Amino acid sequence: MTLPVRHFDAVIVGAGGAGMRASLQLAQAGLSVAVLSKVFPTRSHTVAAQGGIGASLGNMSEDHWIWHMYDTIKGSDWLGDQDAIEFMCKAAPKVVYELEHFGMPFDRNADGTIYQRPFGGHSANFGEKPVQRACAVADRTGHALLHTLYQRNVKAQTQFFVEWMALDLVRDADGEVLGVTALEMETGEIVILQGKATIFATGGAGRIFAASTNAFINTGDGLGMTARAGLPLEDMEFWQFHPTGVAGAGVLITEGVRGEGGILLNSQGERFMERYAPNLKDLASRDVVSRSMDQEIKEGRGVGPHKDHVLLKLDHLGPEVIMKRLPSIREIAIKFANVDPIKEPIPVVPTIHYQMGGIPVNIHGQVVAPQGGNPNAVVPGFYAVGECSCVSVHGANRLGTNSLLDLVVFGRATGDFIVGENLKARSHKPLPKDAGEAARERVARLDASKGTERVQDVANTLRKTMQAHCGVFRNQQLLSEGVTRVMELAERAQHVAIGDRSQTFNTARVEALELDNLMETAKATIVSAEARRESRGAQARSDYPTRDDVNWLKHTLWYSEGNRLDYKPVNLTPLTVESFPPKARTY
Amino acid sequence: MTGSPPPADPMPSRADAGDGARAMLDATRLARMRWRCRRGMLENDIVLTRFLDARGTDLDEADARALDALLDLTDGELWDVIAGRSEPADAALATMVAALRAA
Repeated sequence: MTLPVRHFDAVIVGAGGAGMRASLQLAQAGLSVAVLSKVFPTRSHTVAAQGGIGASLGNMSEDHWIWHMYDTIKGSDWLGDQDAIEFMCKAAPKVVYELEHFGMPFDRNADGTIYQRPFGGHSANFGEKPVQRACAVADRTGHALLHTLYQRNVKAQTQFFVEWMALDLVRDADGEVLGVTALEMETGEIVILQGKATIFATGGAGRIFAASTNAFINTGDGLGMTARAGLPLEDMEFWQFHPTGVAGAGVLITEGVRGEGGILLNSQGERFMERYAPNLKDLASRDVVSRSMDQEIKEGRGVGPHKDHVLLKLDHLGPEVIMKRLPSIREIAIKFANVDPIKEPIPVVPTIHYQMGGIPVNIHGQVVAPQGGNPNAVVPGFYAVGECSCVSVHGANRLGTNSLLDLVVFGRATGDFIVGENLKARSHKPLPKDAGEAARERVARLDASKGTERVQDVANTLRKTMQAHCGVFRNQQLLSEGVTRVMELAERAQHVAIGDRSQTFNTARVEALELDNLMETAKATIVSAEARRESRGAQARSDYPTRDDVNWLKHTLWYSEGNRLDYKPVNLTPLTVESFPPKARTY
Repeated sequence: MTGSPPPADPMPSRADAGDGARAMLDATRLARMRWRCRRGMLENDIVLTRFLDARGTDLDEADARALDALLDLTDGELWDVIAGRSEPADAALATMVAALRAA
């Protein structure tokens, strides 16, 4: 059975900040661009980004892109590629001014320049003193970015395929990517969207963890499709935790609460951060606070019937301070923890927030994989941008404000590169005879399945397993057991069945297809973490507590087939400036 | 946990209201709505899912139109409404807003 085929110059999967920045560049150049999205574009998860976009505009005090570059390399615990980091930090002012010209309503100084707020980890003069570098639109920066980009894309005649889910890559015998198969949710129809360039911008996969700040749509669809196509995923062991997500819900409680004087307590009512960070206490950096909380819970001083969380106490601040300075936190606590923080503490746990790893790409957004001795051989026709990709600017740990920057810099750069490829002069390659067959069979098998496993049971068990075995602090025993359990779950996932076989908006089918992607992402994460015997950035191993540059200053590459691992060197050579060699990461 | 009683149910179940003519949503309409409750912000995802799990099969076309109108808001606007920081411009949505706030 042949599937219907639609042709475009470029096919983009995902309509968040990265996908829409890339599509804008392409559509403005006159290319025909299809952007697929599971949800309406402005409902992409970019909308949840609050903080800002980092750029060395120097509007508040002297700043320089090379200082930003240094901060990013140090933040990455030297796992970031220095060519990509130089590229990003140098381009940052330009892309921010461009967004300003697009009409993005940045907060401003009295003199009309863009206001910049302080953010952890950003410094002047190579760590000498903090610098204000984050350009923001109140606490709705991601929202403003998405709306600005969507409006520009509509004007540039980007074609949006809303409520479409991409299923699998289409590749030919030469390994060239020719597009994707996709499911139109309204009709249940499977279609091939063929492009001369295919760009993944599918975001992170935070839903593989039980405690996650990510929206439900963040199921790692691009990662799953890439892994199933036989291509590697890079540095998937590195996930950033936010210390204070509401226990059981994941919703973020901003750092501002601790800034106002909120403190963390264990089951004995002890302010335990005094032990772990005598100076900064509850205001220590995210990773330090997260690890301390995890330690308290692991040592039996957690709170609640399952001793699985700690408490964030605010009531001593008094109702006036809470109502005046932290009103939204009170609403979140009441709604998601069923407690009023004026009277009672909020149950919190370290919560997954951001995925540093992803699909390996170069600074043009081209997907790369080892081939014939070249660790970075280009996969023709295939690109990835944003959180689903690993370029790698975040390395082992992302600096705040660098995620939105990553989206716009590399979304734009990838668009520019593809425009330079002169796609209009090329015709579409012939599709292989069996194009789309794998995806069609996957859906048909699911519809016909008489298995006894339910999607939600397998997905929830997977999330709990990842949380328990691949959480903040990791060790060999936890990880090895975790790998075994995740592989057992991958087997169970082969036997899921859905009761609903209707064609229109069959959410059960979509969730079963998403489960395949969650599973690939989870395997990549825990297998990579199990193998990396060091602590670096977000990977904290209690059995290997220090960074080991002799053996582990390298990127992990995980392949789905056989759960195989490979490694490639970190690029310590910037484009134009001198290298920043590894040193101890202290703040 | 708080000792305050739960707020009065703003949208009581109407299955026994004796309103025999009231047509519930067909499965397709409900399925479409359930998918559209997938949002960019986790806060909205959780509230909308709770609401649909509790009330989905009890919605009629008027409810669906009200919910659709709220789903057309941006994520930030919708969360402001659910959290009680703002009220929707259309007063006809008040019942649905109250139901979401209670979910």
